[in-house]
Amino acid sequence: MAFKQVSSPHAHAAQNTAQVMKLVLLATIPGLVALTWQFGWGSFINVVLASVTAVCCEAAIVKMRGRSISFYLGDYSAVVTAVLLGLALPPLTPWWIVVVGTVSSIVVAKQLYGGLGYNPFNPAMVGYVVLLISFPIQMTTWVAPLALLPAGTAHPGLMESLQIVFAGYSPADGVTGATPLDVFKHSSGLLVDQVYDREPLFNQAMFAGAGWEWVNLGFLLGGIVLLTQRIFTWHGPVGMLGALALMSIIFWDSGSSSSPGSPLMHLFSGASMMGAFFILTDPVSSAVSNRGRLIFGILIGILVYVIRAWGNYPDAVAFAVLIANFAAPFIDNYTLPRTYGHTDRRRATEKEEG
Amino acid sequence: MSRTWVTPGGVHPPENKHQSVTQPIGQLPIPEKLIIPLSQHIGAPAIPCVEMGQQVLKGQVIAQAAGMVSIPMHAPSSGTISAIEHRPIAHASGMLAPCIEITTDGADTWIEHEGISDYEHISPRKLIEMIGNAGISGMGGAGFPSAVKLNPGRQRPIDTLIVNATECEPYITADDSAIRERAGEIVEGIKILSAILDHPHHIMIGIEDNKPEAIEALAPHVEGTGISVVVFPTKYPSGGEKQLIYILTGRELPAGKLPADEGMVCINIGTTYAIKRAVIDGEPLISRVTTVTGDAVGTPRNYDTLIGTPVRHLLEHNQFNEQAGGRVVMGGPMMGFTLPSADVPIVKTTNCILAPSYAEIPDDEPAQPCIRCGMCAEACPVSLLPQQLFWYAQAQEHDRLEAHNLFDCIECGACSYVCPSNIPLVQYYRAAKGEIRQAREEKVKSDHARDRFEFHKERIEQAEREKEAKRAARREATQQAKADHAAAANGSAVPSAAPAGTVPSSSAADIIAAAQARAAAKQASPEDQRAKLERTIASAEQRLKMAEEKLAEAINDDSGKQDKLSAAVENTRQKLEQSKSKLAELAE
Repeated sequence: MAFKQVSSPHAHAAQNTAQVMKLVLLATIPGLVALTWQFGWGSFINVVLASVTAVCCEAAIVKMRGRSISFYLGDYSAVVTAVLLGLALPPLTPWWIVVVGTVSSIVVAKQLYGGLGYNPFNPAMVGYVVLLISFPIQMTTWVAPLALLPAGTAHPGLMESLQIVFAGYSPADGVTGATPLDVFKHSSGLLVDQVYDREPLFNQAMFAGAGWEWVNLGFLLGGIVLLTQRIFTWHGPVGMLGALALMSIIFWDSGSSSSPGSPLMHLFSGASMMGAFFILTDPVSSAVSNRGRLIFGILIGILVYVIRAWGNYPDAVAFAVLIANFAAPFIDNYTLPRTYGHTDRRRATEKEEG
Repeated sequence: MSRTWVTPGGVHPPENKHQSVTQPIGQLPIPEKLIIPLSQHIGAPAIPCVEMGQQVLKGQVIAQAAGMVSIPMHAPSSGTISAIEHRPIAHASGMLAPCIEITTDGADTWIEHEGISDYEHISPRKLIEMIGNAGISGMGGAGFPSAVKLNPGRQRPIDTLIVNATECEPYITADDSAIRERAGEIVEGIKILSAILDHPHHIMIGIEDNKPEAIEALAPHVEGTGISVVVFPTKYPSGGEKQLIYILTGRELPAGKLPADEGMVCINIGTTYAIKRAVIDGEPLISRVTTVTGDAVGTPRNYDTLIGTPVRHLLEHNQFNEQAGGRVVMGGPMMGFTLPSADVPIVKTTNCILAPSYAEIPDDEPAQPCIRCGMCAEACPVSLLPQQLFWYAQAQEHDRLEAHNLFDCIECGACSYVCPSNIPLVQYYRAAKGEIRQAREEKVKSDHARDRFEFHKERIEQAEREKEAKRAARREATQQAKADHAAAANGSAVPSAAPAGTVPSSSAADIIAAAQARAAAKQASPEDQRAKLERTIASAEQRLKMAEEKLAEAINDDSGKQDKLSAAVENTRQKLEQSKSKLAELAE
C-alpha cells in the first residue's frame, strides 16, 4: 500500500474565489436595479456590454500568455471589474466609451500588470479615469432621474436605448441632466437652502438627491450583504464613509453659500456607497491589514471630499481610490498587526538586529 | 465557572467527531511484529540495549534514554528482537529512522513491575524519575519528554497547571473517549502532577464545549480536589499550547519563552493517564488511545493501541477500503501528515489515523492567484498576515518574512483552510522557515570561513614580514663581510666577528656541502627503508583492526557514526595497501 503524499491541512472550507466573485456580482443587483429604475436602461446596457468586452479581452490575453482560458475566466474577476465599470459609467453613453474603458481596465490595468492579484491599481477605476480625462463631455453627460423628466416623457425603452448607444441616436430633450454634485459645484452664490429650494434635483428628493439617493441605498444594501457574508471587513467602508461624513460636517459652514453640501448629500450622492462597498474593498489594490484598511478608507474619504469641495471634478471616488492605491504599500509598512507573544507591532521593512 | 478569554481568528471546520465515539475504546489482537522507533520524542534518540534474537518481556527496557532530554523505550509486548535497523517512520518527510522490531510471542508476559500508591509521601524527584523511566513524552503532539517538563530546575515556582483536553482537531476523539472511560485515573494522574509541582495555585482542565460526556465524566472526580474543569467554545485551534494558555489565563506566552518561564506547566490529558499508570501501577508507556476514523474504514472508533503497531494492522482490522480514498493521515485533517505506507508504526504521539474517502477530503484543486482578500488574516490565531507572508515567501524575501514574524506561525493550517484560492499557504511557510534556517547556518559557516581566511592571510603576511626581516639582516651581514674583506685585503684590520645569527659569505661553500650531506642522509640505505616500511605496515594493520572493531560496534548500537568510521577504515586500508606495494617495489 502506497498512499498519496499531500501536505496539511487536508480539510478546506467550501468557499472559493469564483464564489466570492459571484457573491460580489449578486450584491451589485440592488444598485443596478435602482440605476435602471431611476435612469433607464443605459446602465444595464453598459454592464452587459462591458462584461462581454471584458471576457473577450481577458480570454485573448490569457491565450496570448499561454495559460488555460477556462481556468482563468472561471474566477469571474474580469466580469466583476466590468460590471463595476459599467455601473460607474453614465447611462446611454456611446458604446465605444464602454469598450475603450473596459479594454483599459482589463488589458492595461489588470493583465499587463500580471493578471488577477498583481494589479497595483483598481482596474475599474483606471478605466474610468482614462475615460474621464480623455472624453470629458461624454463622461459628464448624465441622464435625468425619473422624478425630473418633463411631464409626459419617460426614459427611452430598451430598443431606443440600444439605438442611442450603438447607432448614435440623440436622446429626447430633457432626458439628460446634471447630477447633485454638479449642481453644488456650480451653485456658488446661493445658500444651501436656496439651492434646495430652486433645484428640482433636491426639492424632488427625500433626503439627498433625486434618483441618486435610491442608487446609493441600493449599493449600501448590497454592501451590507457582503459585510454580513464576511467577504470583507467593516474597516475600509466605515473608514471612508466616516471620514466623508466628518469632513462634510466640519466644512458644512452652516449652509452658507460657500458650503460644499450636507453630510447626507455627500454620503448618498455620486459614487459614495458604491465606492465604499464595491471599489475600495477590492482587496488586491488596497492595504492588507485591518488597521491598514481603516486608514486606507479614511484617506479615500478625505480625498473624495477634498476633490469634490475644492477640486475641478464634481465627483472624486475614482481619483481618490487611485491615489490611495499608490499609498497602500506605504500604509502596509506601518500597520502590521501585533503578533501573539510580542509586545510591539513591527514594521514591514524592519531588519533583524545584529 | 471560570472566566475564559477569546483568541483572535480561528476556524470552524466540520467536527466529524461523532463517528468514532459510538463504540467504547477497543482492543486489537497483538500484532505479529511491533516496530519501535528510537526517536518518538523531542530530544536525543534512545540507545538500544538489547541484541538481535534476545527474548524480551512486556514492559522491559529495550532502549535507554540518551542523556537528559531523551526517554527510554520499552517492549510493548513479549517476544524476540528480530531487527534493529532503519525503517519508515511517522514523519512528514517520509524518512527512514532506526527502529527495533519485536516479533511477538502472543503470550504478552509482563516483566516484574511495581508501582506506589502513597505518592504524596514520595519526593518529587523520585516521582519525576519514575515518569522518566516509564518513557513518557507528551502525547498531544510535540512529544516533549515529560520528566524534563516537570523538572524543578527552573527560575520560578509553578503556580498554574494546565491540562490540555481541548482536542480541537476535527475527527480525533482519543482524549474524549479516554476521559469518558478513564476519568478517575486521569484525575489521579493530575493529582500526582500536582504533588510533583508542589500543589500549584491553579489547576485547570481546558476542554471544548463539544465534549459534554467527557465534561460530565470528569465532574464527580474533580469535586473537592481544587481542580477546575474549564469549558470554552469550540474553535480550531484552541488546543495549541499558546492558544490554550491565553484562553484559560488571558496571558500571552511571550515569544521565545516556555510556559515554565511564566510559572506554568501545560500537559496533555492523555499524558496524565500515562503518568498515573507509571506511578501507581509501575507500567511504562507502551500503549495509547488512537482514533481510527474516516469513511475509508469500516467502523470509525478508538483503540487502545500498542506503541509500535503497524498502521496496516489497525487498518486491516477495521475493513480499510484502499480504493475509497487516496491518503492516510497520521493526526487530524488540519495538522496531520500523510503516511508514505501502511508499514509505519504507531508512536507515542499518534492520536489518530484518518483514512478519508475522496468524498470527504477530495484532491486539492489547483491554486488560483492570491487576491489578498484577507480571509487568512481573519483566521490566523496569532495575528499574522498570511497573505503577505505568502508573497514574501514566493519572492524569498527573508528579511520581510522575519519582520512579519514568520517564526511565530504555529502551522495550524487555518489560513490554508479558508483560502478561497486554495493556496497551500502552510507549505510555503514551512519551506520558507527551512530556507531561512539554512541561510542562517550558512551565514555562520561563511563567517567562520571568512575569519579563517583572514587569519590565514594575516599569518602569511606575518611570515612574509619575518622573512623580509631576515633577508634584510642577511644583506647587511654580507655587506659587512665585504667591508671586512676589503679591510683585510688592505691589511689594515683584522676580520671582525660576524653578527650573531648570520654566516659569513666566505663559508658559502660549506653551507652547500652541509645541505648535500643532509639530503644524502635522508636517502637511507634500502635496509633502513625496508625496516621503516615494515614498521609502517605493522602499525597500519593494527590501526585497521581497531577501526574495524569500532565500526562493528557503531553499527551494532547505531550511534550515527557509521559513515565516519567506515570512511576511516577505508582510509587506513588504502594507506596499508600503499605501504605494501612500496615494500614490494623495494624488494624487486
